[in-house]
Amino acid sequence: MSLLNLTLKVWRQSSANAAGRFQDIEARDIPDHASFLEMMDIVNERLISKGEEPIAFDHDCREGICGMCSMVINGRPHGPEKTTTTCQLHMRKFKSGDTIYVEPFRAKSFPVIKDLAVDRSSFDEIQRAGGFVTVRTGSAIDANALPIGKEIADAAMDAAECIGCGACVAACPNASAMLFVSAKAGQLNSLPQGQPEKTRRTLGMVREMDAQGFGNCSNHYECEAACPKDISVDWISKLNRDYLCSAVVEKEAVAGGGGD
Amino acid sequence: MTAVATSISRFYDSSIGKKILIALTGIVLVGFVIGHMIGNLLIFAGRDAINEYGHFLHTVGHGMGVWVARVVIFGSIILHVILTVQITKKNRASREQRYGVTHKDASSAASRTMILSGLTLLAFFIYHILHFTARAFNDYDTYKTMLHGEQVHDVYKMVIAGFSWAPASIFYIIAMVLLCTHLSHGVASMFQTLGLSNSKTRPLFQAIAGGFAAIILIGNCSIPIAIWLCGYGR
Amino acid sequence: MPLDSKIPSGPIAEKWSKHKRDSKLINPKNKRKYSVIVVGSGLAGSAAAASLSELGYKVKCFCFQDSPRRAHSIAAQGGINAAKNYQNDGDSVYRLFYDTVKGGDFRAREGNVHRLAEVSVNIIDQCVAQGVPFAREYGGALANRSFGGAQVSRTFYARGQTGQQLLLGAYSALNKEIANGGVKMYSRCEMVELVVVNGHAKGIITRDLVTGKIEAHAADCVLLCTGGYGNVFYLSTNAKGCNVTATWRAHKKGAFFANPCYTQIHPTCIPVSGDYQSKLTLMSESLRNDGRVWAPKKKGDNRHPSQIPDEERDYYLERKYPSFGNLAPRDISSRAAKEACDDGRGVGPGGRGVYLDFAEAIKNFGQKTIAERYGNLFDMYERITGENAYQQPMRIYPAVHYTMGGLWVDYNLMSNLPGLHVLGEANFSDHGANRLGASALMQGLADGYFVIPTTIANYLVGEKPGSITTEYPEFKKALEDVNARTSRLLGIKGKRSVDSFHRELGLLVWDKCGMARSREGLTEALGRIPALREEFWNNVTIPGSGEAFNQELEKAGRVADFLEFAELLCLDAREREESCGGHFRVEHQYEDGEAKRDDANFTYAAAWEYTGNFAKPALHKEELKFDEVHLAVRSYK
Repeated sequence: MSLLNLTLKVWRQSSANAAGRFQDIEARDIPDHASFLEMMDIVNERLISKGEEPIAFDHDCREGICGMCSMVINGRPHGPEKTTTTCQLHMRKFKSGDTIYVEPFRAKSFPVIKDLAVDRSSFDEIQRAGGFVTVRTGSAIDANALPIGKEIADAAMDAAECIGCGACVAACPNASAMLFVSAKAGQLNSLPQGQPEKTRRTLGMVREMDAQGFGNCSNHYECEAACPKDISVDWISKLNRDYLCSAVVEKEAVAGGGGD
Repeated sequence: MTAVATSISRFYDSSIGKKILIALTGIVLVGFVIGHMIGNLLIFAGRDAINEYGHFLHTVGHGMGVWVARVVIFGSIILHVILTVQITKKNRASREQRYGVTHKDASSAASRTMILSGLTLLAFFIYHILHFTARAFNDYDTYKTMLHGEQVHDVYKMVIAGFSWAPASIFYIIAMVLLCTHLSHGVASMFQTLGLSNSKTRPLFQAIAGGFAAIILIGNCSIPIAIWLCGYGR
Repeated sequence: MPLDSKIPSGPIAEKWSKHKRDSKLINPKNKRKYSVIVVGSGLAGSAAAASLSELGYKVKCFCFQDSPRRAHSIAAQGGINAAKNYQNDGDSVYRLFYDTVKGGDFRAREGNVHRLAEVSVNIIDQCVAQGVPFAREYGGALANRSFGGAQVSRTFYARGQTGQQLLLGAYSALNKEIANGGVKMYSRCEMVELVVVNGHAKGIITRDLVTGKIEAHAADCVLLCTGGYGNVFYLSTNAKGCNVTATWRAHKKGAFFANPCYTQIHPTCIPVSGDYQSKLTLMSESLRNDGRVWAPKKKGDNRHPSQIPDEERDYYLERKYPSFGNLAPRDISSRAAKEACDDGRGVGPGGRGVYLDFAEAIKNFGQKTIAERYGNLFDMYERITGENAYQQPMRIYPAVHYTMGGLWVDYNLMSNLPGLHVLGEANFSDHGANRLGASALMQGLADGYFVIPTTIANYLVGEKPGSITTEYPEFKKALEDVNARTSRLLGIKGKRSVDSFHRELGLLVWDKCGMARSREGLTEALGRIPALREEFWNNVTIPGSGEAFNQELEKAGRVADFLEFAELLCLDAREREESCGGHFRVEHQYEDGEAKRDDANFTYAAAWEYTGNFAKPALHKEELKFDEVHLAVRSYK
């Protein structure tokens, strides 16, 4: 194990409406086996011992599944390692002497709460506009009564791996949420259980996505490159297709529900 | 509003609806670009060939054809431009605080500069219309020639004259380079926006878009280069 | 106070049906008048909030995470058990029930466990209907895998992300109800106090973690679905935010805490690499389906694993437990790893690790198949350790993973405090002294989807809806208490960070009350915990204010509660003079090192009552009756 000496340039912003700035912080003697968040813990511990406010950042499971950790590291959401969340990024990916920029996920729809922590409740709102199958507890049929081909189940699982972290939005030059929305809608739209509400879901989720102030997808594919779960932009293509079909078959009664 | 009007207005107001309209108008413009290039290349087939083509355009459908084409093309351009300006404004507004450091992993320079290449092309298009179609600030209207015993506009002479002027050729070539980058992203994007591409087909569509953009660039630029630099027809 | 578990009478297989038949009903119009507070949005919380809202109850749901979808249920990897017998391998509700009681080392309630096994089949149906993409066979039927502690394949899974998929299913149901207006969701909002009015739980006090606003919420009853207390050990596989605060606050308001000493140590985690370590990462137990666990036979063998020939390897699980082999239950596998390391045969930094070797499986099935089964786990292992497990064996070591203890509840999932219901990992009822793999997800969803919607009416029917409001003096008092506690914490301005206390507490509890416990060690811990708590309240430093986003303050409140709870944990462990499941007392073992239960004296659930003195809680015993399952030495040989 070796120790690294790093210069951090960390975004500090005391609250949503305050002006932010980069703060230079020397991070010395960081073990290379530590995770990026453990490096932040060490830095915070030192800030606290000096009587300064620690850097606020979101994190929870620290095993790459809850989607709570964020941070844009040297211009990349979740840092330089492919398909890896910030919490699983380890310092062995950096060298002593590196300067590391650490910024929050930036989007109008992800307002900064403090420092590196942002509010991603816009994602929840989109899900509430149709990201479900309306089935009451207790009303389900036997699980094997509805055979679903392995390929379809696997494809739905590919979409379902999305952890809702928002890296796609952070990486998109337009701050578009299309990768997230397309994965969420796509999972259900490709399964037989999701067919009855497909039109309503697709229109509702897209309408809410727009209402939340996300940008438009212009097919840069930065989202796919940044996604820690390797969600494919194929889902965006599918959402575009589903949207076009839904808009064509939309009936007034359907359009009234979800979203607004 | 009627149900249909509501649906259309919802579609137009949505981000994906706008993108689909941009793709559809893009298809019209791609068609225009192809036709325009093939027509123009007739200049290499001699004076009569291109003049006949010009005359055909103006007389097809009792002279209505050209106007139908113009309405469709102008309409598409206007819609394409309004939509793209609207989404660009929304995209800019979607990230008020910019990043201190950015890193690009996947996007191309072409994709990131669509609005710049597009608006420059719009300016060029207006200039081009004034130059060759409205024939403003020049005497091209007086260029006449005989074709099959009929007096027609001398397109050949006009093109040779137009591109003999270096600034016009240079502007044209710059515009075609921008058109090339615009198409290289736009054409591939069209398939994605219309929901036709996936991991298997996307590389193919990207190759088609790149190849198509290159053909348009070479085809269109061959004319000013031949006239201005090589002295063709002068 | 006598503990009435309210287990219905009659044969085991008919208890739940009978209870459903005998449960009270509230007509649909009246249900709308009742309000329910659900704290926590994991599998139990989301499922309960959604299902109760579907029935018509007005629900308020709270979570400290930024979205209900991030609750720690999401991290469960391996799968969920259900007695579907889709594999035709002899499974049945009874067998799942039996395995779970036996797996729990005969310290769980038979009635609850049988109900769990019964509703397990409905859970799978429900989740599939929601669009949970479980693994499937080519013909379209659901696939199963086998899991620790069972000899049938009854585990349903979605790659290595089963918990995530089930939680997203429950979250989607919750979203549906939020959109319908049936549930009001409060994210980034932490419960910091329970409010008890006339002896009934009638509300909570919360802190908005973004604005710092302290607020009172009243309802006709309260559901705690707040998970376990594994983070008392500081290093565990739990998420950083997991805490004991909600259940501990309820305990201090009168709810009994049962069997806190039953903590589960998971055998397959990535070993600790340094003192900066903030959490431990679990590798799904499903890895043991194909991986072989071994340690070198020789002490202090520092050779690279590939240099150690087969005959110098001790495949100790296969050797000691030939019929279950590498699939021996968690407590047994963990202790066996500890034994090997204590014996000086551990591998990796500090000698705290054993190998989990896939070489044979890769040889038999090919790397592609293994990658399909566990690819994401191998990737995760490489990210964390920098080592490629396709080429060299993984190093694993046990880590705290789950806590079987929790607030005491009766068959209705109601604690001794009327109105307070406790679901999922937060209660104590279904897993006894040890939980089998793939059963936590089952329990959380069973409680939330199928048990509480039936049983809650038994309490509510006797209550006048909306009769208690936040205007009651109990709410004012609770608000004052919370504000005073916050000011006190912020006012200490000492020298040590919150984490430094948490780390010290964790090391102490892991050392004295971890995988192996002794009266002497526990007594020592019981002496040191109050001193550490004392120091915390005099020397902790918390920068910033209470009226803003302040993560140090959040942690401080949780660590303060852990510092109190740890004492009860050690007390319970010292009181239970036997070894069972996750509770291993070195004084009570057979000659071969197996856990030695004392059924004559300890066939009870220990429910502790807070008396105002942490050192002297009152013990209430709920005797456990085994009418169906014959008490036996739990053997996996």
